[in-house]
Amino acid sequence: MHSKWTYILVMFAVTYLVRVLPLTIFRKPINSWFMQSFLYYVPYVTLALMTF
Amino acid sequence: MENRSGKTKDAYLSSREDLRSVERRKAFRQGIRDGVPIGLGYFAVSFSLGIIARNAGLSAFQGAIASLLCIASAGEYAGFTLIGASAALAEVALMTLIINLRYMLMSLALTQRTDPKMPFFHRLLFGGAVTDELFAINIARPGYLDPVYFYGAILISVPLWSVGTALGIVAGDILPARVVSALSVALYGMFIAIIVPQARKSKVIAGLILICFAASWGAEKLAFLQNISSGTKTIILTIVIASAAALLFPVDTKKAYGTADADTSADEGTEQKEVRDA
Repeated sequence: MHSKWTYILVMFAVTYLVRVLPLTIFRKPINSWFMQSFLYYVPYVTLALMTF
Repeated sequence: MENRSGKTKDAYLSSREDLRSVERRKAFRQGIRDGVPIGLGYFAVSFSLGIIARNAGLSAFQGAIASLLCIASAGEYAGFTLIGASAALAEVALMTLIINLRYMLMSLALTQRTDPKMPFFHRLLFGGAVTDELFAINIARPGYLDPVYFYGAILISVPLWSVGTALGIVAGDILPARVVSALSVALYGMFIAIIVPQARKSKVIAGLILICFAASWGAEKLAFLQNISSGTKTIILTIVIASAAALLFPVDTKKAYGTADADTSADEGTEQKEVRDA
């Protein structure tokens, strides 16, 4: 079996990359009216979906 | 003559730097203030997570570190469960990826609120802490995302998530279940506190939120969707609903975010601009 620390490392690596990659790849506003509007609505939609 | 203008120039420069550090300290304090309710909620919820961690065989220290690094409730829950089942590393990686996928959308949304001139290293630092709640308070703050504000919120909330996990491992049975669930309701209260003001300002957002409630409820009922994890449901519904909203009601985001005049400091008095309906 694997040591607990190996598991924890894997969990951390995946979680960190999922969060950080978009922030490192998209450093300027995305020049599409659709993406801008889409990403504007995402927070409210996601929070509303998670609240209910 | 030169001396006098030299002195004035220095005075001007140092007063500008003072202004920046005053603004930084103010942003940091605001971050801490806004992070307190998050920290309290995290402490309560991580307690229950600690119980799961203990069942998986993690020590208090291991649980504390795992929580400090991952800061993910559903993701850690799944991970710990898999650890307890001695699952393959690839399985842990895949499960963690799928469950946490919504953070990718949140980070993507944050990219449109970050100042392109912000030093790159900040992205690597606060990026790891894009949780539902920390994401929410940064979205609620007008103007560009302020890393210092974010750090303030992180410093008050994330350690509590970590410590709560450790305590849950050590003494999980102590806190009555009702207290735990009462405190974790605080986190949902915060989501509502972010959604409602926007819903008041914009009929589009208000209608959208009702649709989300209906969709969320509907997704629970539809049989063929039962097997899909809630993380996947959230991300699918988010993409579908937000896309429809973007197509039907496009937004002038510079006005909406208040980033049009990025040089003016974003303090609490600043109102968010109206959303322009199509």
